[in-house]
Amino acid sequence: MKRYSVTVIGAGVAGLCCALELSLRGVDVDVVDRGRALGDGSCSWQAGGMLAPWCERATTDAVVAERGAPSIDWWARHFPGTIRKGSLVVAQPRDAADLTRFAQRTERFEWAHADRIAALEPDLAGRFRRALFFPDEAHLDPRLALAALVERLADRGVAVRFGVEMSPEEAPGDMVVDCRGFAARDALPDLRGVRGEMVVVRCRDVALARPIRMLHPRIPLYIVPRGDGRFMIGATMVESEQRGPATVRSTVELLNAAYALHPSFGEAEIVELGADLRPTFSDNLPRVERHGRIVRANGLYRHGFLLAPALAREVAGTILDSTDVLERTDADIP
Amino acid sequence: MSFYGVELTSRLLLGTARYPSPAVLAEAIEASKTEVVTVSLRRESGSEGAGQSFWSLVRALGVRVLPNTAGCYSVKEAVTTAHMARELFDTTWIKLEVIGEPDTLQPDVFGLVEAARILSEDGFEVFPYTTEDLVVADRLVEAGCRVLMPWGAPIGSARGLNNVYGLKSLRAHFPNIPLVVDAGLGVPSHAAAAMEMGYDAVLLNTAIAEAGDPVAMARAFALAIEAGRTAYLAQPLEPRDMAAPSTPVIGKAALGD
Repeated sequence: MKRYSVTVIGAGVAGLCCALELSLRGVDVDVVDRGRALGDGSCSWQAGGMLAPWCERATTDAVVAERGAPSIDWWARHFPGTIRKGSLVVAQPRDAADLTRFAQRTERFEWAHADRIAALEPDLAGRFRRALFFPDEAHLDPRLALAALVERLADRGVAVRFGVEMSPEEAPGDMVVDCRGFAARDALPDLRGVRGEMVVVRCRDVALARPIRMLHPRIPLYIVPRGDGRFMIGATMVESEQRGPATVRSTVELLNAAYALHPSFGEAEIVELGADLRPTFSDNLPRVERHGRIVRANGLYRHGFLLAPALAREVAGTILDSTDVLERTDADIP
Repeated sequence: MSFYGVELTSRLLLGTARYPSPAVLAEAIEASKTEVVTVSLRRESGSEGAGQSFWSLVRALGVRVLPNTAGCYSVKEAVTTAHMARELFDTTWIKLEVIGEPDTLQPDVFGLVEAARILSEDGFEVFPYTTEDLVVADRLVEAGCRVLMPWGAPIGSARGLNNVYGLKSLRAHFPNIPLVVDAGLGVPSHAAAAMEMGYDAVLLNTAIAEAGDPVAMARAFALAIEAGRTAYLAQPLEPRDMAAPSTPVIGKAALGD
């Protein structure tokens, strides 16, 4: 029997997760992306890579935590570089009230006092008196994780072709999954861009085992260790659709946070400054829509890596439900 | 109540920042029946038109937009931002903020008066975010402002009315200028207190946007504002030192001889 074929447009985290979920269900998948190489023009490339469903509860709808929590296992299964060491939330003394508030609005954490903080993150010993430790959370390096998905797809005979510009309407295959992110605005007029900026620094004098969130009155700041002395500091949230490079103001705010976390970051080298737009719907939640043979999956906002696995399952479900010619290979589904 | 000749029913003005999502913001506006929302241009712009999507969402809310100059630290910046706002939102209203100190976000009242004068002369209708200082308020009125927005407490601090005496003096001094407590409120009772003092309205953002349930909190504030306003019109008692028995004591049956 001829296998059901689907073209996935977009090789960001949404597209690659969809492609893998479909392939695991026996669908014949082809992935195309207009970028020249993995990450080119994709906002996933700028992501923090925190899998922090319970921390996100502080500022987002409960559905983000519900749908995001299973993604930790999903990533651990498909990307061995997933690090499950939890995350730590700290605040400057002047923002102590914010820590209490964060605790009121989240779950699955432990209050960590000075000794526990020192045990978890020796380099932060003596710097904070109280913190919140979320032991079940995880993090990953988004770029390595995307590369791992491409490899996993290649093992399954799924090609990811770059430098291919294709509209969903003209794409071949029985069905098409539109994962173009913000570029899909031509088809999704209520999609908006929420600008985010990030900095990567290299610092040999500080070691961190897990992402640290610094409560900040304006932006959810975090510092994610990327190994080899590198740290990603993110991320601003600006209601702007300007794509230009990171601004001085944002960069100063991000770097200040790192410096406040540990003065050794003052001597860190700036390796990279990045900025991009997060594709976002008005409720800041992702959505899957089917229009004939096109399924549009979009609006992952700042939860790309956290919610893409759930989104991909929904897309696969939508496509499986729409056909009975599918040759199911359930054994493949972990 | 009217601001620059525009009649309004709702005495609650809402900020639009830091809501969980624009959808929640829309629901909060509906729940609070607010008619005026304030939008920051400085932070969400960078260059012309960059925040278009968010601004379109705000425009689509069907309420009057009061653009603001939040995040401006100089007269020039504030004036430029006001001009941009006038074009973008097609309104002469501007909530003027000139920030003097980054930690407390305290207004730079000197720059504020200067910017208010420049903008008023240029046809803007200025809503200045100021302190409760009486002399500054006088200068702002002299510069052309016909609405004053003194702070309750520093922006986002949720402390309520820090200087009740100062705010009361301001009310007594400006019986005919609409006064709006802007910033620093945390809970609905703070808003009720401002309204009981005879303030015309209240402007809020963080207390609603960052509440666990912003929509319910928006409703709670709307109710408190209505309660406070009704109480003010009903002429509340003045506090006194001694008890004032509500039943007369003269003529009570005396015990003993």
